[in-house]
Amino acid sequence: MDITAILSPIATIGGMGLLFGLGLGIAAKKFAVPVDERVEAIKECLPGANCGGCGQAGCEAMAKSIVSGESPVNGCPVCNTDQVAAIAKIMGQEAVAGEKKVAVVRCKGNHEVAGQKFIYAGNLTCQDASLIGGGPKLCAYGCLGYGSCMIACPFGAITMENGLPIINRERCVGCGACEKQCPRSVIHLVPISSSYHVDCISKDKGKDVKSACKVGCIGCGLCVKQCEQGAIRLEENHAVIDASLCIGCGKCSLKCPTKAISNLLDEKECLEENVIPSEMASNGNQISI
Amino acid sequence: MNLILLFIGAALVNNFVLVKFLGICAFLGVSKKVDTALGMGAAVTFVMGIASLCTYLVYEFILTPLGLEYLYNLAFILVIASLVQLVEMVIQKMSPSLYSALGVYLPLITTNCAVLGVAVLNMQKDYTLIQSVVNSLGAAIGFTLAMLLMAGIRERVEDNDVIPAFKGLPLVLMIAGFMALAFAGFQNLIPNI
Repeated sequence: MDITAILSPIATIGGMGLLFGLGLGIAAKKFAVPVDERVEAIKECLPGANCGGCGQAGCEAMAKSIVSGESPVNGCPVCNTDQVAAIAKIMGQEAVAGEKKVAVVRCKGNHEVAGQKFIYAGNLTCQDASLIGGGPKLCAYGCLGYGSCMIACPFGAITMENGLPIINRERCVGCGACEKQCPRSVIHLVPISSSYHVDCISKDKGKDVKSACKVGCIGCGLCVKQCEQGAIRLEENHAVIDASLCIGCGKCSLKCPTKAISNLLDEKECLEENVIPSEMASNGNQISI
Repeated sequence: MNLILLFIGAALVNNFVLVKFLGICAFLGVSKKVDTALGMGAAVTFVMGIASLCTYLVYEFILTPLGLEYLYNLAFILVIASLVQLVEMVIQKMSPSLYSALGVYLPLITTNCAVLGVAVLNMQKDYTLIQSVVNSLGAAIGFTLAMLLMAGIRERVEDNDVIPAFKGLPLVLMIAGFMALAFAGFQNLIPNI
């Protein structure tokens, strides 16, 4: 047997491999595109879910935007404080952490308490349902309950229960994907430490609200009178609580005739982990429902 | 052989995806949206054209003189993989806009069976250099066509109320089957190709 029959293929393929490898090596040097090291470093710190919560096309685009100075270092709503601090360090800035936000559903009208206008049998998405006669619900402002927010959530933080989305506050990162998806703007983002919250955004008159839904805000204004801090005001026939003034006393919630005000922190047991303890502890007069 | 016939033959009669069943992974994976399908198709066209040229040269001037034709599979993979890498680097440097359009798809094509398949077919059919390139471009256009059709159908099916058992990939596979049946109708378009 001829030894060259073994050697020549080895030499040929090996030689080709070596040649191509060298060629690629030289090309990599020659065609190197100067990439800012900080972009890569910041990309490492970002969550990498490409959720689009920051308004950029993805985490890489956000990293570039931070480096170019167009976005602030805390522009990513998903990053926790450590990650923001790491990004700020890369950019050589002081860490300015924005408070984490979570999504909140401003509707309590599940299948039992909210009436239906007609039986809807079209495509089961909120967008489609809202187009037909203002949606199948009697209330023209409440949650439609087809779970478009659940599908939109890239973090699996939303589940549907009895026709209402339930938000898992531990999983929710505050990217706002659900907020953008909801055709009725029922979901919005609030700072994670905010406590009392009006669970209705109906602009109808009290009588109409009552006939459509048992737990809607009828705009009676009892809570406004109760609040000693002046944190509650009536806006288009429903109450709105200013989270920056609210001290979490809970008097509004106790007085509300339709029980349309609830404590976001009380419902979930993740209270201790996510809330700034010093603030909450100082309010000794907290009342829970 | 007429080059135009060869081109049409490669694009329609012997469509790579729907008749020869090559490159199915990309066909199913990147056909969710028309935009991405078009990007992938353009990248494949680009790479197939250059790859057929290079593999022809390697086969003709390196493997054949040394009597190592049996190493063609290994050699072609080596050539295509390094070529895609090189092309990616060059595009990134020369044309950032083209890179942002094709860049994501280029690494996917490195080991695409359609690209290797066209190189092997060119070699097996003893095509000349020009015939090889025309055949590859035809095959690539056929690939793009199949991708675009599939993406168009998938975009339309997306909004329909499909039986849960068929939702997602099962339906896509069925669509692919029907498309292949339709493309079988091209079989006698060009005799003896």
